[in-house]
Amino acid sequence: MKLNTESNVYTIVYVTIVVIIVAFLLAFTYAGLKERSDINEQINKKQQILASLNQRNIAKESVDSIYKSIVKADLIVNQAGEIIKEGKNQDQDGFEIARKDYSKDCLPIYQCEIEGQKKYVLPMVGKGLWGSIWGYISLNEDGKTIYGAYFAHESETAGLGALINEQKFQKQFENQTLIDTDGTILEVVKSGQAGGSPIKCDGITGATLTSNGVNQMIQTYVKFFQAYLDSVKQ
Amino acid sequence: MATNNKEAFLTPLSRNNPILIQVLGICSALAVTAQLEPAIVMGLSVTVITAFSNAIISLIRNTIPKRVRIIIQLVVVATLVTIVSLLLRAFMYDVSVQLSVYIGLIITNCILMGRLEAFAMSNKFVPSLLDGIGSGLGYAWILVVVGAIRELLGSGTLLGFRIIPQAAYDFGYADNGMMTMPAMALILVGCIVWVHRSIVKDIED
Repeated sequence: MKLNTESNVYTIVYVTIVVIIVAFLLAFTYAGLKERSDINEQINKKQQILASLNQRNIAKESVDSIYKSIVKADLIVNQAGEIIKEGKNQDQDGFEIARKDYSKDCLPIYQCEIEGQKKYVLPMVGKGLWGSIWGYISLNEDGKTIYGAYFAHESETAGLGALINEQKFQKQFENQTLIDTDGTILEVVKSGQAGGSPIKCDGITGATLTSNGVNQMIQTYVKFFQAYLDSVKQ
Repeated sequence: MATNNKEAFLTPLSRNNPILIQVLGICSALAVTAQLEPAIVMGLSVTVITAFSNAIISLIRNTIPKRVRIIIQLVVVATLVTIVSLLLRAFMYDVSVQLSVYIGLIITNCILMGRLEAFAMSNKFVPSLLDGIGSGLGYAWILVVVGAIRELLGSGTLLGFRIIPQAAYDFGYADNGMMTMPAMALILVGCIVWVHRSIVKDIED
């Protein structure tokens, strides 16, 4: 018997079967690989946090142990500087919070220790030209001097905005002042205009909107963290 | 290998190259070629997807209702792209982050639909599979050439290793920032088309 492949019934049945097969195939692949990619994502997040503490290029295998030895606690604070969750003993309260859930009432902070010195890592998110950007800035014990910084992006232009992900850009934040005593916040200005100022960093030539995005992100999030940082300083 | 099988595999590499002759898949070729590594992974991913989608569509070509054939082709391609993207996330996380949206955008790569419509829908399994591999590799080698030139001249490295020695920079050599921009990829592809046409004479216009 020859099927009429042009009939309506055949078409509908055919499409239905194809879609069901595909749905099962994708669901199984996703479920089968989920554990692996979740682990990758966690390692990647830890690598980014460590990069902001100037611990770069750590092999995947040793990320966990180094992270454990450096990050002592991750707390969640709010805009008023109140600690919402203590996150002692690495409960991973702050770590578990996804980037999209950061808000002024839910701000993770990582308390770290490097060579006996206390450091604070502040995570932040913002918008670049094409998609979201995010970063981690680590501060010294004084709550205002930057120890290191790490920025990453979803889909900024390769070779231009994407350069925020490179060490060359991130390096210039080291030892700068994130927030001055009078409340001025570090600015990312047009390339070449920082002029050695301790509270300014150069943007990227040809990537004005991405640089502005980084600046905007820092302005917004440092204001959120300000109350907590003030309480730390005392 | 039978002649038509051999032809199915070889013509997309040069005489009927998807980028040089059919001018398909240009957008992603410009976007991911600023460095060599993403260009290689992108080329391989596209090769895997063209091979499998061509093979699958060729196997079921007689059962597909004509009116919904494009939709069925898209479903097959989208499934394969999603699987490749999941595999990359699980096994090559760093590269998948680097390629970001472009893996997903393989779905819209015209090479795939072009080969499915023009070849797999009317040819047997083996030639279709070979045509898929050939088309993918034809796309991949252009990406690799453009990626290598752009990374070498734009950042002085290949696969992240420094090729142009520090001494050259000390003498005043500077990386060509233009090379990192997509516009230069277009100009390079144009140059490759020019060179290719002057070598391979019998191309029909």
